Amino acid sequence: MSASVNSSFRPLSLTALLIRFLGSMNLAITLLVAVAIASIIGTVLQQNQPYPDYVIKFGPFWFEVFKSLDLFDVYSSVWFLVILGFLVISTTVCIFRNTPRVLKDIRDYKESAQLKALRRMSHGHEWQSNFSRDICVERISAVAKATGYRLVVKSEAKQLIVAAKKGSGSRLGYIFTHIAIVVICIGGLIDGNVPLKIAEMTDKIQVETRNIPASQVPLVSTLPIDNLSFRGNVTIPEGQKANLAFIDFKDGYLVQRLPFLIAVEDFRIDYYKTGQPKSFASDLIIYDKELDAPLYKTISVNHPLEHRGYTIYQSSFGDGGSELRIKLWSLKGANRSDEIRVVVNTPFALSLEKAEMTLEVLDFRPINVNPDISGVKKFKNIGPRFQYKLRTATGEATEFINYMMPVEKDGAKYYLTGLRHTPAEDFKYWYLPADSEDGVDRFMCFLALLNDETRLKEIALSSLPKQADSFLSMAEDQELVAQFMVALIKQFVDGGVGLISAQVKAAVAPDKQQEISNLYAKMLHHFLRNVYWVVLQEEELDPTLGLSEFDERFYEDAVAAVSISHQYDVPVYLDLVGFNHKEATGLQVTRSPGKMLVFPGCLLLVVGVFCMFYLPQRRFWVVVSGSQDNTELFLAAQAGRNPYEFEQEYSALENALLLQLGTERTD
Amino acid sequence: MENTIDKDYKTKRRFYQCRNSADWIWGLANVVSVVYALSQYHMLMDGFEKAIIVCTGLALIGFGWVWQTIRLFVTGVALVSLFAVSRYGVMIDLGKTDFFLKYMLASQSAIMWMSALYVMATATYFFNLLTNKSFSGVVATSLTWAATGMGFVGLLVRWRESYLIDPEIGHIPVSNLYEVFILFSIITALIYLRYEQRYKTRSMGGFVLTVISAAVAFLLWYTVERQADIIQPLVPALNSYWMKIHVPANFIGYGSFSLAAMIGLVFLLKGKMEAVAPKAFLTQRLPELTLLDDVMYRAIALGFAFFTLATILGALWAAEAWGGYWSWDPKETWALIVWLNYAAWLHMRLTKGWRGNPMAWWSIVGFFVTLFAFLGVNMFLSGLHSYGGL
Ligand code: HEM
Repeated sequence: MSASVNSSFRPLSLTALLIRFLGSMNLAITLLVAVAIASIIGTVLQQNQPYPDYVIKFGPFWFEVFKSLDLFDVYSSVWFLVILGFLVISTTVCIFRNTPRVLKDIRDYKESAQLKALRRMSHGHEWQSNFSRDICVERISAVAKATGYRLVVKSEAKQLIVAAKKGSGSRLGYIFTHIAIVVICIGGLIDGNVPLKIAEMTDKIQVETRNIPASQVPLVSTLPIDNLSFRGNVTIPEGQKANLAFIDFKDGYLVQRLPFLIAVEDFRIDYYKTGQPKSFASDLIIYDKELDAPLYKTISVNHPLEHRGYTIYQSSFGDGGSELRIKLWSLKGANRSDEIRVVVNTPFALSLEKAEMTLEVLDFRPINVNPDISGVKKFKNIGPRFQYKLRTATGEATEFINYMMPVEKDGAKYYLTGLRHTPAEDFKYWYLPADSEDGVDRFMCFLALLNDETRLKEIALSSLPKQADSFLSMAEDQELVAQFMVALIKQFVDGGVGLISAQVKAAVAPDKQQEISNLYAKMLHHFLRNVYWVVLQEEELDPTLGLSEFDERFYEDAVAAVSISHQYDVPVYLDLVGFNHKEATGLQVTRSPGKMLVFPGCLLLVVGVFCMFYLPQRRFWVVVSGSQDNTELFLAAQAGRNPYEFEQEYSALENALLLQLGTERTD
Repeated sequence: MENTIDKDYKTKRRFYQCRNSADWIWGLANVVSVVYALSQYHMLMDGFEKAIIVCTGLALIGFGWVWQTIRLFVTGVALVSLFAVSRYGVMIDLGKTDFFLKYMLASQSAIMWMSALYVMATATYFFNLLTNKSFSGVVATSLTWAATGMGFVGLLVRWRESYLIDPEIGHIPVSNLYEVFILFSIITALIYLRYEQRYKTRSMGGFVLTVISAAVAFLLWYTVERQADIIQPLVPALNSYWMKIHVPANFIGYGSFSLAAMIGLVFLLKGKMEAVAPKAFLTQRLPELTLLDDVMYRAIALGFAFFTLATILGALWAAEAWGGYWSWDPKETWALIVWLNYAAWLHMRLTKGWRGNPMAWWSIVGFFVTLFAFLGVNMFLSGLHSYGGL
């Protein structure tokens, strides 16, 4: 006691000061708050996105600022790891400083407490008893034991002190939890990417950002087999093998070699009857020199494979090079369709009438379960779908998404084709009405006719009245009218109704615009209808018998589709007619030896926390003094953490003692 | 009275030694139920499910020993649920025609009853606080018990319904926001009822039940607006036994933290009233500050312990499902933030001895942090946890 009083007068040495600082409560709380704030930043700012996305979002200036602060990868930034490191150090120091005291406190019954100190305690009671000292002690012990206390008795010249305590678990709980935090943090740091960061800073490794085959990745971007801890991904098509994984790092990746070969036999998706996916599973074979025979194992979500400290998870899936049969419908020329065969992820050179393009099929999904358009939470398989890019010779690409089967909307069926110019946009869909055979043939025929000026003119001429009394009797007049009609259609195809009314606005005096527009609209529809009749006639239907409800509806949808066709600014529509599906499974391969520390640490944490709260430490003392047949008793107890709770416990204790050793109260 | 203490103090030794015959009957009843369930259905269960059943039985025995009232409650809930299940037989469609199911016990009906009863209980608690009529207090407590019972029955029946719809769809009803809101309400209510009994005061009831009523309001909106009550099959990632323990453990945490926040509110109110109008009847009727402080601490300690457990279970699950025990996914990260927040609160109280208004304010702030982890993350941040984005 006195020694420590003296020491506070002496100036502390530097190490002692440092230790006091590191182990202080204030530092610990500051660090906890710092970790919390850093974590918030990391959740609000989406982490590890491609750099260009950030530039678009924040502009080049803030992008640089955020990047220099490592805000795009907070949790593996140097400053965050330093905070964590300090948390570990601070907690360790705290444990070292406090453990001896706590252990002493656990063992110590404090039987030498001074009467003065006992009198200062929050709870106390004094009374007299007729029982002898020995009986008093005996009965106090009985009460103490019955309520879970353990006790020691110290006899002094004039008095006996019974010191009792229980619930030392809460003090042990402190030690457990704090050690657990340290253990967990160390385990976590081992599994984090600290080693990679150091290797990168010392130029031992270099991030690969090019999109090249794994075999061409240089050695500086390849991590050796003995790398202790990593988390990588690899996509393997069915029937193929791999002995490496890719680790995402900064704005590129690293290649991690594996000491075994993973072969994928099959990848499967099971579905519920409602059509939602039920499970994803891969049949794997592990070829390892250390194994006598190859290891066969099926993995699925929530059921990974463990092998030699490596864990292999089912994490995603994709296309492994499916072959698609596609019909090309020209949107700008004759009604012609060629069939091609393309493989997903293999570029294909398309030579179209007016342009050379590259077709890159990005993805193919045979089954697409989407919420039903009806809005109620029901799901519906809307059939195979593929996604592709058309790239012009100059390198500009437009992305598309097409469905193989028509979808139903308001009682009619449509083929959906979506288009977007940048990945940031949503797809804009063009609805092509399906014909009676569930195909796009009729629509394409209609569109091709509208693009064919010679035939349009024929149709125009044949549809004009031939009677002599007509005011359009002159051949030249008829010719002029036909030409005008063809021009009108061309405007309609090239820019929809919008273009026509823009032309009217430019050419006609304001007071006549309305009238002329109406006239044009009437002519346009009349003529479009004639064209549609020709389409039907070519299908060997007889429109003079009247149009069926279906054909009427089709006409309206087709005109609507044509009027926005100019927004679909490529000359070709891809119609998927067949496929040979081949899948690839996306595996995650990890090695995390840190969990050998983290998991036991977690157990310790839980045990510690429960001990801390549910085994509160309690103490009481009874000082027994006085003469043999008139014993004086003094009970003292100290409220612990929750005084209210203790209040009740104390009064129960007091009652019990009074009852056992009872006589009248002296107060 | 005196005599019993005398007797108790002589005989009480170990925990199991202080059991009376009712305790042993309770224990036996649970053992028999578990053994019966295992012998009847063991071929339908895997090892983990058997372990979970056994642990549930043990937990119920312990729970019933510590808190006698809960025995009656558990027995009631079990009987009513079994009755509902027996009315169903193997035909899910009976839910629309059978009288008992349609109006009382089909999960949807039971949950509607739960909602109505909680709202009534809230009003009654406030009425009791204002008028101090002791009968209304008994009514409020009974309503709360009844609502909680209906909530449990609703969830248990829903569990069965999911299997009746299709055995492969069947799963424990803790898999989406709708189901966990029910769980939240009944767990919070149970914790409250425990404190009500233990501290013998009903004056906190209205405040705590206000949070539950808010949850009920959300639940109703979610049902009407989004048809959230329709039973959906599980996405593959959720199809894991970890879900059965991770989610309930989490909601003990959330429930306690919410309760602590409301107690914090009462604490501030009482403090203010004492300063302004020490003689006012409300000042007299609200519990003492030390009691409130104690309840607040107990609730946060309970919540913290279970939240720790839940987060660790989450990490174990993640190690199996996502390929790493910690991915800094927004939900995980916010769980960490909540945890750090209450860790700091507890440090301040236990080591620095902070008490009073600052702690009450802090527990209210903590509620908003918790709320964000629970709901905000699903609404505003994207991550591995969000399956709601369809
Ligand atoms: C602290 C770290 C946590 C970890 C490591 C963790 C881990 C997991 C994992 C692995 C799943 C599996 C399903 C999936 O892939 O989405 C899951 C589901 C779930 N977790 Fe957590 N969890 C954590 C915290 C929390 C917290 C704080 C809550 C509070 C609500 C929570 C509530 C849920 C719920 C409700 C589900 C069911 C799925 C859903 O609808 O999102 N988890 N968790």
